Amino acid sequence: MTLADVCVGLIIAGITAYAVFGGADFGAGLWDLTAGGAKRGARVRGMIERSMSPVWEANHVWLIFILVVFWTAFPVAFGSVFSTLYIPFGLAAIGIIFRGSAFALRGQAATINEARTLGATFALSSVIVPFCFGAAIGGIASGRVPVGNATGDPFSSWLNPTSIVIGVLAVVSGAYLAAVFMAADARRAGLPDLERAFRARALGAGIVAGAVAIGALPIVHSDARSLYDGLTSSTGLVFVILSAVCGVVTLALVWLGRFELARVSGAGAVACVMIGWAVAQKPYILPGELTLKQASASDTTLTALVVSMAAGAVILVPSLWWLYRLTLQGRLDKPFKPMGDEL
Amino acid sequence: MPGDLIIAVQHAAGALGQEPNQPQLLQARQMQALSFAVHIPLVCFGIAFPAMVLFVEALWLRTGDAAYLALAKRWSRVMLTLFAVGVVTGTILSFEMGLLWPAFMATFGDVFGLAFALEGVSFFVEAIFIAIYVYGWDRMSRRAHFLTGVPMAIAGVTGSLMVIAVNGWMNAPTGFDIVDGKVTNVHPFAALFGGNLWHELTHMYLAGYMVTGFIVAGVYAYAWAKGRRDRYHRAGLVVALSVAALTAPVQVIVGDWAGRTVAERQPTKLAAFEGLSRTSKGAPLDLLGYYESNGEIKWGIKIPKGLSILARHDPNATIQGLDSVPANDRPPVNIVRYSFQTMVGIGTLLALLGVLYIATWLRRRRLPRSVWFYRAVMVAGPLAVVALIAGWVTTEVGRQPWVVYRIMRTSQAVTDAGGLWVAYGVLVVTYVLLAIAVAWLLRRLARQSPTQELEA
Repeated sequence: MTLADVCVGLIIAGITAYAVFGGADFGAGLWDLTAGGAKRGARVRGMIERSMSPVWEANHVWLIFILVVFWTAFPVAFGSVFSTLYIPFGLAAIGIIFRGSAFALRGQAATINEARTLGATFALSSVIVPFCFGAAIGGIASGRVPVGNATGDPFSSWLNPTSIVIGVLAVVSGAYLAAVFMAADARRAGLPDLERAFRARALGAGIVAGAVAIGALPIVHSDARSLYDGLTSSTGLVFVILSAVCGVVTLALVWLGRFELARVSGAGAVACVMIGWAVAQKPYILPGELTLKQASASDTTLTALVVSMAAGAVILVPSLWWLYRLTLQGRLDKPFKPMGDEL
Repeated sequence: MPGDLIIAVQHAAGALGQEPNQPQLLQARQMQALSFAVHIPLVCFGIAFPAMVLFVEALWLRTGDAAYLALAKRWSRVMLTLFAVGVVTGTILSFEMGLLWPAFMATFGDVFGLAFALEGVSFFVEAIFIAIYVYGWDRMSRRAHFLTGVPMAIAGVTGSLMVIAVNGWMNAPTGFDIVDGKVTNVHPFAALFGGNLWHELTHMYLAGYMVTGFIVAGVYAYAWAKGRRDRYHRAGLVVALSVAALTAPVQVIVGDWAGRTVAERQPTKLAAFEGLSRTSKGAPLDLLGYYESNGEIKWGIKIPKGLSILARHDPNATIQGLDSVPANDRPPVNIVRYSFQTMVGIGTLLALLGVLYIATWLRRRRLPRSVWFYRAVMVAGPLAVVALIAGWVTTEVGRQPWVVYRIMRTSQAVTDAGGLWVAYGVLVVTYVLLAIAVAWLLRRLARQSPTQELEA
C-alpha cells in the first residue's frame, strides 16, 4: 500500500462521511420540500429544524476535508476535474450558499410567506447540490475528464447517462439516510407519529434507492463499459455485492425499527460503493488519462499530509464522537416545535 | 544593498500543459476578490468573537451578574449565525481555488495544500465546539460549558493562521525548487512557516479584533446614544470598545513592521503603495494625489525623505522604484496606492479614537460623554471593514501580475473555461441576497429584549 493509496483512502472516507452525514442533511431538505402545506407539514418541518440545527456545520466540513486532501495529494487531477466540471461544481457552490443561509434564516421567519420562500429555497437547493456532486463523480468515473485546463466538454462531462443516474442516486440515498436519522431522532424525542412518518419515508426511499442502483447497471454498461467491467469483476464485484447486502440489511433494520444500526449499515453501503468505484478504475485516478502514480504529489508532501491528518484525527475523532453523543442523548436538542403552524 | 534581497524571477511552467488563454482574466480576479471581501469580515468575527464571548461568560461566572449572562448568550447566537454564513462563503472560496485557478492548484497544490489540510482540521474543531457551546447553554455545568468554548476560540485562531500562511507563501514563496520549469524538491512545512506569515498574521489578528470590536461597539453605542443605558448595554459597549481601543493603536506599530518587511521582500509592491516610479535615495512620501502614467504624482502632498524614513527608518536610504522591473511586471499603481492610503488613513483615525477612549478612562474613570464620541464609534465599525478590505486589496493587487510572487503569473494560473461573465453575475446576485438576508436576521436578533436570553 503506497502513500497515494492512503490518501485515496482518506478521500473515500471523506466522501462516505459527507454522503452519510451531509447527504442526510440534504435529504432532510427533500422531505421538507415534500412535507405538504403549511399546516400538514408543520410537524415534519419542525422535526427537521430540530435535528439538523446543531450538526449541519460539522457535517458540512467533510466537504472541505475532501477538497483539501484532493488538491494537496493529487494537484493535477484536481485542476483538471475542477476546470472541466466547472458547471456542476459552480452550481453546487451557489446551492450551498442558498441552502445554508435559507436554513439559518428560516428559524427566524415571522410570516408564513417568509417561511415558505426560505423553506422552498432551502429544499430546492438541497436537491440540486447532491445531484451536482453525484453527476460530477459520474463524469470522472466514466472517463470524461481529460488532463488539462478545462479541456473536457463543459456539458457532456456531467450531463450524460452515468452522471445523471449517479446524481439521482445521490439525491435518493440522501433522502433515505435522512429519513432513517430522523426516525431515530423522533423516537428519542418521544414523537411516535413522526417516527412512523419518517419510517415510512425511509422504507419508500430505500426501495427507490435500491431500484435506481439496479437500474444504473444497464445504463453504466452501455455508457461507461470499462467502469462497468471494473465494478463487475474480481475485487470490484466483491464490494458491489457487499454494498447490496448492506443496502438490504439496512432496509430490514428500518423495517424492524432498529434505526441506529440502520445508519451504520447505510454508511457501509455507501462506503462499499465508493471502494468498489476506486477499485474499478485502478490504476487510474482519471480513467484512461492519468494514473494514481502519475497524479501523486511528492512523497514528502504525502507523508506530511498523512501525518498531519493522523495528528488531526487524534483531536477530531473524540470531539466528533462527543458532539454526536451529546446530540444522540438529546442534550443539544432544540425544543421540538411544529414549524409554520403558528404563523 | 536592498536589491540583493529580491528573489530572482524564475518561471514555473503550469502543470496542466498549455498556457491558458483567458480573455476574462480580470473577471476571474474580480470574482475572487468579491468572494474574499464577503468572507474576510466574517473571518474577523471568527478570530475575535469567541474570545470576547468567553470573556463575558467569565465575567458572569465571577460576578453572577445576569446582565453578563444575557450578553454572552446573545453574542453566542450572533457568533453562530456569522459562523454559519462564514462556512458557506468559505466553501465558495475553496471551490473557486479549483474553478478559477486550476493551473495554480495543479502546479503548486502539493507545496501549500498542507496548510489548507491543517486549516480543515481547525475548522472542523471549531464547527464541533461552536455547536456544543451555543446549543449547550444550561445543558451542562457552568464550568464545563465555559471549557467547551476554549477549543472553539483556539480553533478560530489556528484556522485563519493556516490560510494566512498560504497568503504569506504566495507573496514570498519558499519550500520548493524549480528545475527546468518544474516544481520539485517540495518541503511543505518550510513553505508554510517561511514566507510572510508572521507579520501578516499579527496584522490580520489585530484587524480581526478591531473590526469585531468596533462593529459590536457600534451597535451598543447606538443604544447608548438612544438612552438605553442599563447594565446590559453598558457591558456590551465597554467590552467591545475596550477590545477595539486597545488593539487599534498597536496596529499602527505592526503596520510599520509589515510595511518594512514589504520594502525588503517585495520592493515593487512597496513602490506601488507609494507610487515611486524611480529608484531614489532619500525618497519622499506623497500623500493623496494621483499617479500619472509618466510616473509623477499629481496634486500630492510631498513630505521630503518621508518614504525612506518610513520604509527603512533612515532618511537617506535608497528605495527601489517601479522602474526596477519591466513594465509588465508592475502592479496597477493607483488601485494599490489608494487602497494603501485608505487603510493607513482609517487605521490612524481608529487609533486616535481608541486613544481618546483609553485616555478618558484613565484620567476620569468614566466613559466619554459627548454624543459625538458615540456617533464616531457607530461609524468606526463600517470604517474598520473598509480599512480591512483596502488592506487586502493593497497586498493582493500589489502582488500582481503574479499569483506566486515572481514565479507564476496570474494569467498562467487562470481557468480556460468560458462563461465567466455568467458566473460573475450569478455570484453578485447571490451575495446581494445573502447580505440582505444576514442583515435582516441580525436586525431581528437585535430587536429581541435581552431578558429573553434568560428565559430559555
